[in-house]
Amino acid sequence: MSFIKQLSRGLIKENPTFVIVLGMCPTLAVTTSVINALGMGFAATFVLICSNAIISLIKDITPSKIRIPVYVVVIAAFVSVVDMVMAAYVPALHKSLGLFIPLIVVNCIILGRAEAFASKNNVIMSIADGIGMGLGFTLSLSLVATVREIIGAGTWLGMRVTPLTYDPALIAILAPGAFITLGFLMALMNMLKEKK
Amino acid sequence: MGYLGQIFVMAMTAIFIQNFVLARFLGLCPYLGVSKKLDSALGMGLAVIFVMTLASAFTFLINKYLLIRYDILYLQTITFILTIAALVQFVEMVIQKNAPALYNSLGVFLPLITTNCAVLGVAILNTTAFRPDGVTAYNFLDSVLNGFFSGVGFTVVLLAMAGIRMRLEKSEIPKSMQGMPIALILAGIMALAFYGFMGWKI
Repeated sequence: MSFIKQLSRGLIKENPTFVIVLGMCPTLAVTTSVINALGMGFAATFVLICSNAIISLIKDITPSKIRIPVYVVVIAAFVSVVDMVMAAYVPALHKSLGLFIPLIVVNCIILGRAEAFASKNNVIMSIADGIGMGLGFTLSLSLVATVREIIGAGTWLGMRVTPLTYDPALIAILAPGAFITLGFLMALMNMLKEKK
Repeated sequence: MGYLGQIFVMAMTAIFIQNFVLARFLGLCPYLGVSKKLDSALGMGLAVIFVMTLASAFTFLINKYLLIRYDILYLQTITFILTIAALVQFVEMVIQKNAPALYNSLGVFLPLITTNCAVLGVAILNTTAFRPDGVTAYNFLDSVLNGFFSGVGFTVVLLAMAGIRMRLEKSEIPKSMQGMPIALILAGIMALAFYGFMGWKI
C-alpha cells in the first residue's frame, strides 16, 4: 500500500474518534474551544508519529512478552518532551489543557496503533499511519469543538461568528454539553452512512 | 472541622460534586465500553477501586521519597505509568495464585485498567491537590482516601449507567442513534443531574 493511501485511511475511513471510538477522554474534555482542540490534536499527533517510528524500528529486538511496558515507556518519553516544550513556549495553552497532557500516555489511540500497526509494519508506513491517525484525531476534535464553541460561546477560534442578539447557551461548554454534542454528531455520521 | 469532617467533605466531593467520569472526564473508555451488563460493570468497578487505592499509595511514596528528594519531577509521567503497569501486573498474579474465584470474575478487567486514565489521573491529581486550608499538600492518608473515594465515584456512575442501558435494550431507538450515540446522550443527561450537586455547600 502506498504512503498516501495509508495516510488518508486514518482521516475518514478509520477515523479514530468516530469510527474506532478510541480516546474518548480528551475528545470530551478539551473540546471547549477550537484552540484547545487544535493544541491537543497536534500534541497527540507528534507523540503518535514519533512513537510509531521508534516502535517500528525496535520491533525485531522487542521480546513479545514485555512489549506493552516497552511501548508505554517509549510513549511516555515523548509525552514528557511535549509537556516540557508546551510549558516553555505556549504556557497559556499548557495551563488550559492541564492534566490532559500527561494523560496522552494512556490515550488508547496511541497504544492501540503501536500494537495494531507499528509493531507489524516498516518505519515509513508507520510514520504515514501516525500522521493519518493523528490528523484524523485532530480533525474530529476540532469538529466537536467547533459545534461546542459556536453554540456555547458564539465564537470560533476566538472570533465572534453569531449575531449580537444570539445569547450563548453556556451548557454546550459545560460537561453535559460535551456528551450530548458528541452523541448527536455520532448519530449524524451514522445517518449519513446509512443513506449511502 | 475535625479530621473526620474533612474526610466526609473529600468523599462527597470525589463521589458527587467532582465526579471522575461526569465532571472530570476521566475513565470514559470503560464507562462507555463495560457498561452494557450490570455484573461486568460491578466487576470492573471493584477492580478500579482496588487499583486506584493501591496506585495512590505507591505513587505518593514514590513522588515524595524519590522524585522530590532527588529533584527529578520531570520524570513523573514515566515513573507513574510504569508503577501503575507493574502494580496491575503484580495484583493480577497475586489474585490468580491466591484467589482463583476472584480472578475469574475480576481477571479480564485488570489488564484494561493500566490504560484507564482515571488511575493515572488520580495519581497526578494527588500530587497537586491541597487540603481544605488551601496551603498544605495531601499527606499519605489523604492520597489513599482520595484514591479510594474517586474509585467509588467511578463505580457509582458505572453501575447507574449499566442499569439504564440494560433497560434501554428493550426500548425502540432510531437506528442511527443505537449503541454509542444514545449512550453518550444518556451520559450527558446524567452529567446534568450531577450538576445539581455543585450548589451543595458542605
